[in-house]
Amino acid sequence: MRLSRLEPGKQAVIKSVAGEGALRRHLLDMGLTPNTEVFVRKVAPMGDPIELCLRGYELTLRLSEAELISVEPKESFVFCSGSCSSCSSSHAHGYAADSGRGRGGQGRGRGFFGRGGKGRGRGRGFSLFAKRGTEE
Amino acid sequence: MKLKIALIGNQNAGKTTLFNQLTGSRQHVGNFPGVTVEKKSGIIKKQYTHVFNTHARVGQPVTGEEVHNENLLQIPRNLEVELVDLPGIYSLSPYTPEERVTRDFLIREKPDAIINILDATNIERNLYLSLQVMEMHIPMVIALNMMDEVRKAGNAIDIDRLSKDLHLDIVPIVANKTEGVSELVQRTISEAISKHKPQKIDFCTGPVHKAIHSVAHLIENIAEKHSFPLRFASTKLVEGDEIIAEALHLGENDKTIIQNIVDDMEKALDTDREAALADMRYEFIAGVSQKSVHRKGDTIEQMRSVKIDRVLTHPIFAIPIFVGIMSLIFWVTFGIIGASLSEWFEAFIEWITSIVDSGLTAFGLAAVPHSLIIDGAFAGIGSVLSFMPTILVLFFFLSLLEDSGYMARVAFVMDGLLRKLGLSGKSIVPMLIGFGCTVPAVMATRTLSSRRDKLLTIFITPFMSCSAKLPVYALFTQVFFPKYAALVMIGLYVGGMVVAIISALLLRNTFFRGKPVPFVMELPAYRMPTMKTMGLHIWEKARDFIQRAFTVIFMATLVIWFFQTFDIRLNVVENSADSILAQLGSFMVPIFKPLGLDDWRLSTALVTGLTAKEAVVSTLAVLFGSEAGLATALSSVLSVPSAMAFLVFILLYMPCFATLAVTKREIGTRGAIAAASFQTLTAWIVALGIYRLFLLFF
Repeated sequence: MRLSRLEPGKQAVIKSVAGEGALRRHLLDMGLTPNTEVFVRKVAPMGDPIELCLRGYELTLRLSEAELISVEPKESFVFCSGSCSSCSSSHAHGYAADSGRGRGGQGRGRGFFGRGGKGRGRGRGFSLFAKRGTEE
Repeated sequence: MKLKIALIGNQNAGKTTLFNQLTGSRQHVGNFPGVTVEKKSGIIKKQYTHVFNTHARVGQPVTGEEVHNENLLQIPRNLEVELVDLPGIYSLSPYTPEERVTRDFLIREKPDAIINILDATNIERNLYLSLQVMEMHIPMVIALNMMDEVRKAGNAIDIDRLSKDLHLDIVPIVANKTEGVSELVQRTISEAISKHKPQKIDFCTGPVHKAIHSVAHLIENIAEKHSFPLRFASTKLVEGDEIIAEALHLGENDKTIIQNIVDDMEKALDTDREAALADMRYEFIAGVSQKSVHRKGDTIEQMRSVKIDRVLTHPIFAIPIFVGIMSLIFWVTFGIIGASLSEWFEAFIEWITSIVDSGLTAFGLAAVPHSLIIDGAFAGIGSVLSFMPTILVLFFFLSLLEDSGYMARVAFVMDGLLRKLGLSGKSIVPMLIGFGCTVPAVMATRTLSSRRDKLLTIFITPFMSCSAKLPVYALFTQVFFPKYAALVMIGLYVGGMVVAIISALLLRNTFFRGKPVPFVMELPAYRMPTMKTMGLHIWEKARDFIQRAFTVIFMATLVIWFFQTFDIRLNVVENSADSILAQLGSFMVPIFKPLGLDDWRLSTALVTGLTAKEAVVSTLAVLFGSEAGLATALSSVLSVPSAMAFLVFILLYMPCFATLAVTKREIGTRGAIAAASFQTLTAWIVALGIYRLFLLFF
């Protein structure tokens, strides 16, 4: 699966990074290396770029760059732990829990304006008042 | 004795804060040759180096027991330490100009020591650069910045352990509170003097290890001949760094052997060379930080950022909030603070001018030098300086947005829109500033990572109508469109944006082809900027502005004064219609005739507008006689269509000399000339079109 298809609030493990030259090198340098866990924090208003959380920091990239990264989604929606410390703490948990619930009727909408987004499911972690669940 | 120390770190690691703390305002800004990457250097304040000297004299081991060979240290009495602030980078790859500049600097200039500053809240990714810098074989100290945030979150970093694992001196600091900064300087100096190079640590394992060592054996002599750090060169060759291969003048034979070594490694690891090395570095870092970084959770700042971003980068509210914030800033800057500040400042300048004026009259100075001082120097510099307060207020707000971390979010939010124009989200910043003043806008393009984006942004930013053009619009709408003044004004602003968009689309498909740069950017945590850093920013801008006012603008106003005061035979003219300026103006008439502007005074005003756009109004006033008669005089030489053409030309033609000067600094003389010609040509064509269009109706 491509990282660009991963929905906000979801987590995955990087399998490989395609592309070439400066771009690929920059992606690798920023820590997008195989076996790294990433968490999709949110999508920009136009549906692109996306905001990721990995290795304890926030990184944004465009869908065209995320397209180059293939990932293995992690099926646990409730707990995302691992190298991305932000994911393991409470706020991410709030998103993730929402994500699980809202999944059914959500469609593949990305962002508000772009990409044929149909409505805004609450599952995408956008809610201003996303519940802050507590861990364990 | 003089030491040179390089300051290296990721973006947002606190490099600039530390640099400012250490050097104060005694710094020198310059560009790296060849590329427009800024290099700052400054002398470290005596208060930091002085302590070291006194201690050393009484034979105290200042830097604790970790210092190597402290008994053998010969501390010179008069130590001067130069600190060079290198661009903020994430790696030492051969791809971006910033990274290449840093590599070249370390290899060619061989600084006596390196301070590598890390963001302790994000230590994993920050260490990635350190592992590459260590290979440079230059004495090095790690400054672990933002330790207060780490502590506040209840996290801990075992400094001793980390130091042992990396074989490097590590000093925890809080740069914006100067905590640990003295110790950092002292340790760095002792490392520099003892020439204690980083030990080779084998962070590579298995096939990568084998490959790097085989290459190292192979090129040992060559690297020494070209005085390249061996370890760095071998790692980069394994990584596939063409630039290093060329710099070492490797023979075909060696290249083949290296290729074979790399092929073996790739086969053994089932991955390619670049991924293998990146992976190896991160693996090593993960191992090291597992042992020494104890992390309970996110820092308070990180959690706060996530909360703030729920509002500020919200999928629906993000854009309205951004528009709101910008409108507020412009309203406060131009409507409230800036306007009154500028008025006071203007009154102040006028007051000084009148004092000097009456002083000169009392002294009985001859008319010509008197006019040179008052009408030339004072009027010219004064009119430009009176804008300074407004610009500084605008800059205060903009650096507040930038230092707090909001600008990065704006780029994130706006990237989708700007990409359609072939730009990236980062270009929004200069374009916004352009509505205030094009000069700081062009300076702000420095944050753009690719030269293509920078050029394209500089080409179209002047189309964002700057505040200096307002007086011209006000005068003309009042005379020609009294009923539709607001409509015409709005039309001009929107028209400028439309022309900018069309130009971007045109240029993207012609001169600035090439792929849009990838937008892979870190979103730093929101942090409250300190008053000290803000003060320094404002001071830097003010100094820059004053410097320009007294050099470029001063010369320009003197030239105009000269042309306006004398005729070709160098007689002082009674009537400015006889001056050289008028003659030059009439040469220009044929150019503007197709636009319906066939009076020499109009073309002359356009020329003087190059010193500052407000000068158009003052020139017209002078050339047409009194300001009172200006309205009738203007309506006698201009029709509605030609007045409209004049306004459009003012909106779009090349910006003032001050902008030209900063443009030259950012993209070179050729770039500046190209941009100015492009803008003027666009202005002429669009003005012609508007003139013809209006002729159909009026």
